[in-house]
Amino acid sequence: MKIKAQIAMVLNLDKCLGCHTCSIPCKNVWTNRSGAEYIWFNNVETKPGIGYPKKWEDQALHKGGWEMGSKLRLRAGGRPAKLLNIFHNPDLPGIDEYYEPWTYDYDKLVSSPQKKHQPSTRPKSLISGKPLRLKWGPNWEDDLAGVSSTGSGDVNFKRLEHQIYLQFKKVFMFYLPRLCEHCLNPACVASCPSGALYKREEDGIVLVDQERCRGWRYCVSGCPYKKVYFNWQTGRSEKCLFCYPRIEAGLTNLCAETCVGKIRYVGVILYDAEKIVAAASSKEEPDLYPAQTELFLDPNDPEVVAEAISQGVEQSYIEAAQRSPVYKLANDWGLAFPLHPEFRTLPMVWYVPPLSPLVKFFEDSDDDLDNPEVMRIPLTYLANLLTAGDEEPVRLALRRLMALRSYMRSKRLEGEADSGVLEKAGMTEEMAEEMYRLLAIAKYKDRFVIPTVKKEKEVNLYCEQGAAGFNPHGA
Amino acid sequence: MAKKSLLSSLRLLRPRDGCEKEAIAGGWAEIRCGEREWEDFYRRRWQYDKKVRSTHGVNCTGSCSWDVYVKDGIIVWETQRGDYPSCGPDLPDHEPRGCPRGATFSWYTYSPVRLKYPLVRAVLLEMWRESLTSQPDPVLAWQSVVEDEEKRVKYQQARGKGGLVRVTWDEAATLIAASTVHTIKKYGPERVFGFTPIPAMSMVCYSSGARFLSLIGASLISFYDWYCDLPPASPQIWGEQTDVPESADWYESSYMIVWGSNLPMTRTPDAHFFTEVRYRGAKVTAVAPDYAEYVKFADTWLPAKAGTDSALAMAMTFVIFKEFYLDRQSEYFTSYAKAFTDLPFAVVLKPQEDQHVSERFLRASDLGVDQNNSQWKTLYYDVKSKSFVVPNGSIGFRWNEEGRWNLHQMDSESGEAVDPLLSFADENDGWVSLRFPFFDFHGAEVRIGKVPVKKITGDGGEILVTTVFDLMAANLGVDRGQGGEVAEDYDDFKPYTPAWQESITGVAKDDVIRVAREFAENADKTKGKSMIFLGAGTNHWFHNDMTYRAILNLTTLCGCQGVNGGGWAHYVGQEKLRPQASWAAIAFGLDWRRPPRQQNGTSFYYFATDQYRYETFDAQHIASPLADGGTDKHLADYNVIAARLGWLPSYPQFNRNPLDLCREALESGASSDEEIVSYVVDKLKKGEVSFALEDPDSPENWPRLLFLWRANLLGASGKGHEYFLKHLLGTNNAVLNKEGEKKPEEIQWRDPAPEGKLDLLVTLELRMSTSAMYSDVALPAASWYEMHDLSTTDLHSFIHPFNPAIDPPWETRTNWDQFKAIAEKFSELAATHLGEQKDLVATPLLHDSSGEIAQPTVKDWKKGEVEPIPGKTLPNLSVVTRDYPNTYKMMTALGPLVEKVGIGSKGIMWKSDEEYEALKEKLGMVAGSGITQGMPELKTGKQVAEAILLLAPETNGRTAVKAWGGLEKKTGLSLAHLSKDREGEKMSFADLDGRPRKIITSPIWSGIESEDRMYSPFVINIEEKVPFRTLTGRAQFYQDHEWMLAFGEGLPVFRPPLDMQALGSTEITRGAGKEIVLNYLTPHSKWSIHSTYSDTLIMLTLFRGGEAIWINDEDAASIGVEDNEWLECFNVNGVVMAKAVVSHRIPRGKAFMYHAQERMINTPGSKLSGMRGGTHNSVTRILVKPTQMIGGYAQLSYGFNYYGPTGAQRDEVIVVRKAGKVDWYED
Repeated sequence: MKIKAQIAMVLNLDKCLGCHTCSIPCKNVWTNRSGAEYIWFNNVETKPGIGYPKKWEDQALHKGGWEMGSKLRLRAGGRPAKLLNIFHNPDLPGIDEYYEPWTYDYDKLVSSPQKKHQPSTRPKSLISGKPLRLKWGPNWEDDLAGVSSTGSGDVNFKRLEHQIYLQFKKVFMFYLPRLCEHCLNPACVASCPSGALYKREEDGIVLVDQERCRGWRYCVSGCPYKKVYFNWQTGRSEKCLFCYPRIEAGLTNLCAETCVGKIRYVGVILYDAEKIVAAASSKEEPDLYPAQTELFLDPNDPEVVAEAISQGVEQSYIEAAQRSPVYKLANDWGLAFPLHPEFRTLPMVWYVPPLSPLVKFFEDSDDDLDNPEVMRIPLTYLANLLTAGDEEPVRLALRRLMALRSYMRSKRLEGEADSGVLEKAGMTEEMAEEMYRLLAIAKYKDRFVIPTVKKEKEVNLYCEQGAAGFNPHGA
Repeated sequence: MAKKSLLSSLRLLRPRDGCEKEAIAGGWAEIRCGEREWEDFYRRRWQYDKKVRSTHGVNCTGSCSWDVYVKDGIIVWETQRGDYPSCGPDLPDHEPRGCPRGATFSWYTYSPVRLKYPLVRAVLLEMWRESLTSQPDPVLAWQSVVEDEEKRVKYQQARGKGGLVRVTWDEAATLIAASTVHTIKKYGPERVFGFTPIPAMSMVCYSSGARFLSLIGASLISFYDWYCDLPPASPQIWGEQTDVPESADWYESSYMIVWGSNLPMTRTPDAHFFTEVRYRGAKVTAVAPDYAEYVKFADTWLPAKAGTDSALAMAMTFVIFKEFYLDRQSEYFTSYAKAFTDLPFAVVLKPQEDQHVSERFLRASDLGVDQNNSQWKTLYYDVKSKSFVVPNGSIGFRWNEEGRWNLHQMDSESGEAVDPLLSFADENDGWVSLRFPFFDFHGAEVRIGKVPVKKITGDGGEILVTTVFDLMAANLGVDRGQGGEVAEDYDDFKPYTPAWQESITGVAKDDVIRVAREFAENADKTKGKSMIFLGAGTNHWFHNDMTYRAILNLTTLCGCQGVNGGGWAHYVGQEKLRPQASWAAIAFGLDWRRPPRQQNGTSFYYFATDQYRYETFDAQHIASPLADGGTDKHLADYNVIAARLGWLPSYPQFNRNPLDLCREALESGASSDEEIVSYVVDKLKKGEVSFALEDPDSPENWPRLLFLWRANLLGASGKGHEYFLKHLLGTNNAVLNKEGEKKPEEIQWRDPAPEGKLDLLVTLELRMSTSAMYSDVALPAASWYEMHDLSTTDLHSFIHPFNPAIDPPWETRTNWDQFKAIAEKFSELAATHLGEQKDLVATPLLHDSSGEIAQPTVKDWKKGEVEPIPGKTLPNLSVVTRDYPNTYKMMTALGPLVEKVGIGSKGIMWKSDEEYEALKEKLGMVAGSGITQGMPELKTGKQVAEAILLLAPETNGRTAVKAWGGLEKKTGLSLAHLSKDREGEKMSFADLDGRPRKIITSPIWSGIESEDRMYSPFVINIEEKVPFRTLTGRAQFYQDHEWMLAFGEGLPVFRPPLDMQALGSTEITRGAGKEIVLNYLTPHSKWSIHSTYSDTLIMLTLFRGGEAIWINDEDAASIGVEDNEWLECFNVNGVVMAKAVVSHRIPRGKAFMYHAQERMINTPGSKLSGMRGGTHNSVTRILVKPTQMIGGYAQLSYGFNYYGPTGAQRDEVIVVRKAGKVDWYED
């Protein structure tokens, strides 16, 4: 057993407002500069839809992530294939698949001389400077815009008749905020010919070394989530850094801090690094999700704790792991799932699936609150998104959310808690109460449990105290 | 990125214990230790020099506290501040409040669209400068420009076409001041207008122009009614503008119907309470025509066709009334109805065609009861004494007496406890047939219902009465075994049944029955914790009041109002200005002069932009089939009558300059203010002076000057945009309409219609908005990160500040400093041209004044039906002395009336002498000689903010306790205890900077502010028994004003949307081609707050980069349109060009254009108009409703932003067709 700690995230899609507040401070702080205009470390997509870049989920097209042959291998091919194509990466998405970033001649509105017609300004490309006919953007499909036609390209309709769901009568939608998954088995790191990408020892954050990157862009195509981007100005790739300058200080990420829907949870996960390859090599795709949960170690198991201490895991990390909202949502309660586990990267940003309005109603209302099959979002769709098609775990998670609501309603209205409804969903009252506090009351201190960085072993803090900030790199 | 330095290379050599690079993922990847110094690259970006607490003064009800980050002296980004006081351990907290729009605000700070210097229209500037060379007096120079018709037309026609050039602040201020002085002198001060909305979003900024303009006697224009965000149903039912639960109170609810209010999109910072309470077991039903964002969170979706909501609500009322009041009686509902609603009150029936119709509430005067205001005291039948009694609490008890204006169930004469009878069904003198108005898509009909009656002998003989409860039952058609047009069951296709509504709304009847039942059962079990969210989606329609009344029926019938977690939750446009009374005193200059001039927006713009000339239907079209005459007038006629009788304000007041009128009166021997007034009344009576509104298109009655600040009238709220351009501004426009055939009787019609009424349009703005683009002068304003101000909202009960992160950059100034500059120049020029003058101010019969019981019946003095008496049958007339040369001094010092007369609101006044003294110390006293010497100084925005805080009961506990005094006297109730535990608190600006603070309970608001519970409206009415400010003192289902009955709106009923296609909206000659007519809806946008942020690059990038219209995929296919193609959308009002957003989320037959997308971004030309495509308002025209003009009648009395006609536009239709290749009109 090799115990490692990672700071991971869970997003509760059942609370997501689709407001994009998460994206904006992220953009303002990290990618609001030349060469990075089209880069959104965090973006929000409407589902169904094909997203940004277009059809990023379709690996038949993009060749991202891993696949299983006789053993685990990069879908785009290993090092020999990369060397052959080193000056032409065939799997790289074109700028139109993201979108050509644009601006306007705003100053002309202020300085225009008197004209025959009222001045107006048209979009112009930030790349070519020429007038641009807008055709795609980072959120082109917002609230199902245009999805009556693009929706047919959404791979999550697998095993479903998409035409039925792309009409008013059967319409459904939800939002999918996306950031780098900071995977345990990162295909981007594996794809880099320069060794510029790495996973941080202390928190598992995956980064592109801006000094070592040579701009080959195999990380861009290798990432099945399309969350590594090429900065065309610096010639280097950049990606979500999980706001490590904040994480190190014990602050949560900007996207999580600013999330007004309060859907994000950030906390420590202890996992067994020795099992990564085996888990990612699970034979059947639906086995990937359970295999990944098995990598996660129970931070309250005394044996795990003892072993972690002996391997040098910091006490503060162990304590944080014990209070981790992420572990509770993913392992204890089975409410959260990885995004497209079939990409085999073992992603560390997980999602609680959303409830949706009932399409039909039965007289016995208990039945409804027990039955995810009658909701607007097809279970199959969610399973394709979160569990490589296995509906059972998603069904259970939705049933638990419904049972929680039903139980709480009985407590409030009838003055008597109906624990029967919990039992049917495999829950105890204690679990329901704790779940309620985390999902509904959701206090800041419970959403984010982040230890501050430990540098004692790394640098001489006595010296560093006086030198911090005098950074020759910035000079 | 910096090159690696020697030092960093050396650092790499340092040993690192216990940390080694290792391979993972089968050797494919690595975990790296060391060689990580480059990570400082991102660390350095995150570092900053300071952060400052501020917020966004934008019209969104958000009022979120933000941190603004400054790095290297530059504002770089913002994140939410999360330190609101906690809601307690068992409730979610407010943090983090904010939204994507607000998160982009820092973009504006340095953006190229920012106004950096004062700008003036070049062609005007040239004339002005030229004129000054021959005429150095700026006032005379302005006169020589503006009175030269050729010149005037020339610069007016240049409006909106670019050509603004930089001038100095001094030159800009001189031009504006000269124009203002000239207008006052020639036409009168009320011909100067100011428009700014939503004080709560930045109350000091609102005050800046409002204070200056009020001091000079100019007219301020209201916004809430004009925006059609005011729900007239609220004053109609409760006598309250709008009062709603704070968002944390949603968490107390256990059943929610979200009805046309898009919480995730428009209440982004608060929506989490809505999503979270579901886990507490709350059930959610969404009523929405489209699959809106909020539908995502619902358990049940009722996809009612847009505009048919009242049919759905009537059917739910049918179910609830039958199942919870008739088939069985919910004990909770019944006792609530008796205590807090008009359901038991007696209504007089009048014979009509062998049957009867319902008329007025029975009044004490009908029975000859000799009491104060007996015409305004209503009665019900008491079971105990078996007689009709006059219970405490009706509006007659509010004025000229004390101690009985309360909701104790008590006979006001005997003082005995009473038990009102809800229905005469079991105790009556028979049942009679009653005629009810019924409306549907085919027109109006009469329906017959049976009601039990009692016969009373009154002064004038026998009177037949029934109860409001019995009227409701008969109107709904619930079968009570007495015949009439009743429904057998829910499946019966008779009006108001669930089956009936299905044919109108498209919602399955079983769903309606279930939701109605669930809603009521939930309320019964929880004593009222069922809540309905409603908003623009239901309120922006012509019959908005009837839709709301129908929906609100449900909350009142189920005892939900005044209960935490229950009742209505309307959040549009109004942001609760918590320190309302103290703010108003400063904003409207009440510390110096009273009363101010306050004009209702809808009427103003209706006439000023001549939209009234294009009416296509008269009032008969919407009248009750039971009305006996008087309903065939032009809609404008009702407004003229309303102005004449003192119901609505109307500025300009008369066809004369009020300064001249006063001077003339004095010259004719008037020796007192009273004599000036009677001089004018006499002239009015003789017809020698007339109301300006009777001749609105005559040049002396035009508005001449308009100041816009914190407002984008032309780019956002100006409904009938093209009419604004044509008639008010006199520039190019796309009006394709013909004037209406029916002419008003009360108005002098002038041909041709005037074009270009405004002499000068001034916009004080942060950025180049559409309004700035069309203005003659655009003054650069400081942003919200560059000033001190205060912010509050109805969504939370905190007050928190704006702070400057940097000083205003370039030549920008705060609104306060901008108006100070204008005031200073104005005062200087006024010394020569104006001096001190008397001004006659006409004001309407105001809500919460004794004027609200002025007119029990409608009598027109002009027709000789009564004598013209100011304050009774005419508007109030007051003489105010204007000390024009001292305007600047008065603006910058807190005047003496605060101390001498006091301040107050909602009919409650208190003296602020202690606070006045304290402010001298806190703010410093004005030094130097002059009228303000020794007074508290108001030179800076921060001083204004401090003054507001110290004078307000909501932020000064001592004042709060004091403020209850007046209400205690009036009601005979003990109330001061509500604020007592916070008596010692005084919130200063620095306190708020430290942390947002929760405000203190005050008599200005109807709910309780406390650490232990969330704010919910009407809690004080229900728990403390303070009456609602209505005729009966209770929540009113029934409206008995003559005009209400004439338009069939005594009781809530279904009123279908107007058929605008039949009314001519699409009658335009045009070429062939595939087209489709769609109902045109303009909901709030996701990518902007009105027009603010609509031009920021991030918001434009996050959607489609410019103007867009959503249509259904099948509708699009029918005209051969694909997603992202250009559309030309038009009707008689104008044209809008936009990209098609094709989606199956939108129902067929509807077009959604999210509103206030600026016409300066990505807007091509239209072949139809030959001009650049317009705004979302280019295809709208407002529709005004006579019943909303009623005044001088209890709760139906005017208040600024409180009651009055709303600017409805959502019934409109547009023609949509593919635009093909577009021309950009770059010339």
